[in-house]
Amino acid sequence: MSVSVREFAERGADLELVGIQKRFPGFTAIEELDLTIPAGSFFALLGPSGCGKTTTLRLVAGLEEPTRGRILIGGTDVTETKAHQRPVNTVFQSYALFPHMSIIENVAFGLKRRRIGDAEARAHEALRLVELDHLAQRRPAQLSGGQQQRVALARAIVNRPALLLLDEPLGALDLKLRRQMQLELKTIQEEVGLTFLHVTHDQEEAMTMADTVAVMNKGAIEQMGAPAQLYELPRTVFVANFLGQSNLFTGMVSGATDTAIAVDVQGTSIVVPTARAARHQGQVTVGVRPEKVALHREAPADSSSRNLLGPGHVIDVSFSGVSTQYIVSVTGIGTVTVFAQNVGIGPIASEGDEVWISWDVEHGFGLDDDPADAVKFPADDDTHSIAVQRREALVAELEEG
Amino acid sequence: MAFAAFATTEAQPQAPKRKSRIALFLLLPGILYMVLFFLTPLISLILTSLQAPNEFGDIGVYDYAFNWQNYVTVVQEYWPHILRSFGYALVATVLALAFSYPLAYFIGVKARRWPLLQSIMLVLVIAPFFISFLLRTLAWKQLLSDESLIITSLKALSLMAPDAHFTGTPAAVIFGLTYNFIPFMTLPLYTTLERLDMRYLEAGSDLYANPFAVFRKVTIPLSMPGIVAGTLLTFIPAAGDYVNASRDFLGGPDTQMMGNVIEANFLVLLNYPAAAALSIILMAAILVLVGIYVRRSGTEDLL
Repeated sequence: MSVSVREFAERGADLELVGIQKRFPGFTAIEELDLTIPAGSFFALLGPSGCGKTTTLRLVAGLEEPTRGRILIGGTDVTETKAHQRPVNTVFQSYALFPHMSIIENVAFGLKRRRIGDAEARAHEALRLVELDHLAQRRPAQLSGGQQQRVALARAIVNRPALLLLDEPLGALDLKLRRQMQLELKTIQEEVGLTFLHVTHDQEEAMTMADTVAVMNKGAIEQMGAPAQLYELPRTVFVANFLGQSNLFTGMVSGATDTAIAVDVQGTSIVVPTARAARHQGQVTVGVRPEKVALHREAPADSSSRNLLGPGHVIDVSFSGVSTQYIVSVTGIGTVTVFAQNVGIGPIASEGDEVWISWDVEHGFGLDDDPADAVKFPADDDTHSIAVQRREALVAELEEG
Repeated sequence: MAFAAFATTEAQPQAPKRKSRIALFLLLPGILYMVLFFLTPLISLILTSLQAPNEFGDIGVYDYAFNWQNYVTVVQEYWPHILRSFGYALVATVLALAFSYPLAYFIGVKARRWPLLQSIMLVLVIAPFFISFLLRTLAWKQLLSDESLIITSLKALSLMAPDAHFTGTPAAVIFGLTYNFIPFMTLPLYTTLERLDMRYLEAGSDLYANPFAVFRKVTIPLSMPGIVAGTLLTFIPAAGDYVNASRDFLGGPDTQMMGNVIEANFLVLLNYPAAAALSIILMAAILVLVGIYVRRSGTEDLL
């Protein structure tokens, strides 16, 4: 498919990144990146700040040049093409609405540069789509953050680019507007059939919106797949902890059958299905998601279909309405996080209680990481660790007062 | 930098509505200064401009009157000087803008990554101020005189006619005005361009604007406050300048500007009402021109 900027894209285009490397003076943002995004898909690049995701986006937009590698849009090599000649539009993180132009002028800007007829009418149409046509004559500074964000979106989609790039566009919005915009983006994508490349550090946003999520860390893609697949079967410690929370255990494989492997963790055997484990011998890291773990007040009967840990002590209980998070300290194994739905009234255990924990063998997963770096580390910007830090700060503050 | 305040267009924070005696007290020195050194001379100038010659015909002695015909007389007599003043000032302003914009763009945008280079270049822009304006203009008179290396070389290369002069021509006066006011143009331009958010330029190129379109549609409008401030700071003093056009400096008999005729009327002809009327006309004309200009350029916040 040809990609002329003089006309609208008929449909979304494939994006291919081949052997991309990007170095800045002093550091390497992207070491080696190969990525194919099929036409019409909603693709999310997820990662913590500084992982190279925004650089990837800027490379695709043509705002940066790769040190090495090629970029293809719809099969055409655009590596040497200037930003203004690429059939790509960006919704910038800062929106970058031109402050000296009215909203309608902002939205019509791209169409006028391409000399597409009816620019004003099309711009009004795009504004109607984001429900802001009544503000067409205002200046960006007169709009709220959420409205500016929608204008930025209208300004990009009005051009019908083959590829739409979204750089954390929902970052500045409050929860309710965020939900609304997520829904709107998804609707627009389905209606217009563009290819979306969405960059975000918000795992929930990535998972609810994208068909395919690529988790990026330190300039490389750690794991890629459908959101549910990534969540249920993480392959690395980073993914296991960045995408939701995980309980991870490291030990030697002590036995194996056709269908499962047993891992010896400080004397306790944890069984993981072979199909869900990446490594089958030597030292391995296995894990389970906290919401899959059950909490017992009394020692449950041994069962071959469940992993059982305990007894342990509850060291922290935090009640959040729909669920309660328990942190259980199990001797020799460390702490295990348990999310329990509030099916009864209030928490079922309190701090200091003796408890047992268990989970279905089928819910465990085995990671692919080298055991050497398989230590349980929380990402700095992961919700849980922020919560822990906040709590510690609060406790310290209360003690001082 | 004083220009920074001048170039600001962002909405000012709302002033407190409550009347405050302290604010009034703090304003007092400023108000006193304005009354003493602006309002009083202005009123005195207006009164002088309406004076009539003394009934005994003494030279340099005038009586208070309402002799508005003074204005008609000076316009009839000096209209070429009035037009010349604004013409020269306009050309000098355009030239200074054409010279300063790339310079300010380089210092404020391109050199952002090298703060040392930025500082050195800014110092170089300001450095001429360390030497008196008069001395610098005199130096140019020497450099551009008929016997100077520049002019003799140009004549030797047949780029100038053998009997041509440079000093004393309108070109020399405009050159002097441009040269002397370039820092006043560069500094406000620099302060706006230095804060120019490159993300807008990126957004422009993302929206299919080629580099020229980005410059015309994004960079220029966003640097408008600097352009307006710079052109005003150049045009206003250039229109009233009497040094460059003076015969003692770069001018000649045919290049006299309003400043020169005001000076001659005050100091040589002792025709104070004519000089005062000319001053008022100059001031009013500048006010009107600037008002129209600022309104047209959409930067009313500056006034």
